[in-house]
Amino acid sequence: MKITIADVDHVAMLARLRFDEDEKAGMAEQLSRIVEYVEKLNELDTGDVSPMAHAVPLRNVLRDDEVRPSLDPEEALRNAPDREGDFFRVPRILESE
Amino acid sequence: MPERAKVSTAWAAEAAGRPGPAQDGGTGAVACASEFEPVIGLEVHVELSTKSKLFCGCQAAFNAPPNSHTCPVCLGLPGVLPVLNRKAVEFGIKTALALNCEVASFSKFDRKNYFYPDLPKNYQISQYDLPLGTSGYVDVSVDGGMRRVRIKRVHLEEDAGKSVHESGTITGSSFSLEDYNRTGVPLLEIVSEPDLRSPEEAYAYLSMLRSILRYLDVSDCKMEEGSLRCDANISVRPKGSSVLGTPIELKNLNSFRAVEKALAYEFRRQAEILARGERITRETRHWDESRQVTVPMRRKEEADDYRYFPEPDLVPLEIEEAWVNEVRSTLPELPGVRRERFMRDYGLPAYDAAILTESKDLADYFEAAVAAYGGDAKAVSNWVMGELARLMNATGTDIRDVRVAPTALAAMLKMIDDGTISGKIAKTVFEEMFATGKEPRQVVAEKGLVQIVDEGELARIVDEVIAENRDVADEVRAGKDRAITFLVGQVMKKTRGRANPRAVNRLLRERLSSG
Ligand SMILES: [Zn+2]
Repeated sequence: MKITIADVDHVAMLARLRFDEDEKAGMAEQLSRIVEYVEKLNELDTGDVSPMAHAVPLRNVLRDDEVRPSLDPEEALRNAPDREGDFFRVPRILESE
Repeated sequence: MPERAKVSTAWAAEAAGRPGPAQDGGTGAVACASEFEPVIGLEVHVELSTKSKLFCGCQAAFNAPPNSHTCPVCLGLPGVLPVLNRKAVEFGIKTALALNCEVASFSKFDRKNYFYPDLPKNYQISQYDLPLGTSGYVDVSVDGGMRRVRIKRVHLEEDAGKSVHESGTITGSSFSLEDYNRTGVPLLEIVSEPDLRSPEEAYAYLSMLRSILRYLDVSDCKMEEGSLRCDANISVRPKGSSVLGTPIELKNLNSFRAVEKALAYEFRRQAEILARGERITRETRHWDESRQVTVPMRRKEEADDYRYFPEPDLVPLEIEEAWVNEVRSTLPELPGVRRERFMRDYGLPAYDAAILTESKDLADYFEAAVAAYGGDAKAVSNWVMGELARLMNATGTDIRDVRVAPTALAAMLKMIDDGTISGKIAKTVFEEMFATGKEPRQVVAEKGLVQIVDEGELARIVDEVIAENRDVADEVRAGKDRAITFLVGQVMKKTRGRANPRAVNRLLRERLSSG
């Protein structure tokens, strides 16, 4: 499968990444090669194989409903780039109109 | 799929004053609405009332100080692992069973990816292709009949945090404040098939769903606290058509009434557009409570693309039959079944049975009172739905906090039956019981409310009243029968309601016909 510049634009937008035109061309090229490699799997007949839900053969790892201590708000906010009181302060949510 | 987080972004544009095409749904709509029918499906999110969050041990509390219930897991710090809360899964299975769903024998969690400040991990752990429950139904009584509303799916996911905006609206703010206490609280998403055919049916379905969830004790379902949220899908088609129209998604429905009103508005709006021969544009609209209209939400240019993929940090669930049966054995009698039983066993009208069984606590109260009373269940129903409900409403009291024990109500009803108090006085007695929690006998004794059963004492008062109202007494003697009502009233007043009106009537007649 060929990854187009439009595909790169779309994925970059979803990931909030910005590339210049040269980088986009490079990305399209590299991503195409990766997808082509994975396409090798299409050569296998997987008709009888159910989709894998997890790579580890474990099931039902559960914990009891018990409250454990939370972080002190001071601690929780320590890495926050900005705060107001005990709130995380973030840039306004809507981009400019 | 939910996208609650994105809700707030777009509607704000409208709230800030951009006029939407909502104005087109005005007059003339009613005339053409009868040729069309709405097709409605609801997507409900309920917060499960577990003690801890879905994937970490932080307390799942409402109204705690900001960011006081967070940890590296729910803050999405690097290198942490979520561990699934068994209780939340049990609540999910319980709900799926109560909604007649098939419980998945194999279920897993998936990542739903999007950026929003209330979502610290930049993805929400949800369930995509293998939800806990599928293909269920709820029977809802509508307009005297029953409608079976199919449940498409029931799945578990984590809640997002809460954004507080500087100036109340998003657009007016230069920044937002985030509180992550709610992040990771377990949510159950319940999606119905588009089986509802009117806003009233949607309301009835929501009520039934809430009633069931409360019976199960899995959520307190408080819409005002956000522990129950509802989005709606509505399309409109000509009556009799089996083709589905273009669905519109409705958001910001903050009460059951809002759901009903927004759907009614949207039905009229779409019917009018279709009647003009125009097409409906697929979009998400926001209910504007203050203007009582729906307005289109401004969408970002990007299409929804959540890139779901299996959550690698959580292993799948294998839900064995034994576990399902264990949960099944904890199911209470559900409101629909209980309503039928109330009609059958107590001979109650459908209306009484529906109201009494809507809440488990109210139904328990009623049954305890009936058992203690041993008399006519309808009399108990009348008091519970009448005086008790009236006083509860007037004082904002929950049935669990009512100070009148069911046995006390039963004792009072017996006092009416044996003539100790009149039905009229009983209301006064009951008010006092409600306010103080006292037993009826004590209230009656303290307030001197015992009915006057002594004929001689009553006759004396009747004679007094006749003597004080000679003109009226003469009118009665002259055959003006209706005048006797006035005299009865005077006796009741003199006795402060403690006389039996029938006895008073008889005594008056005896005297005024022989005199
Ligand atoms: Zn936590």
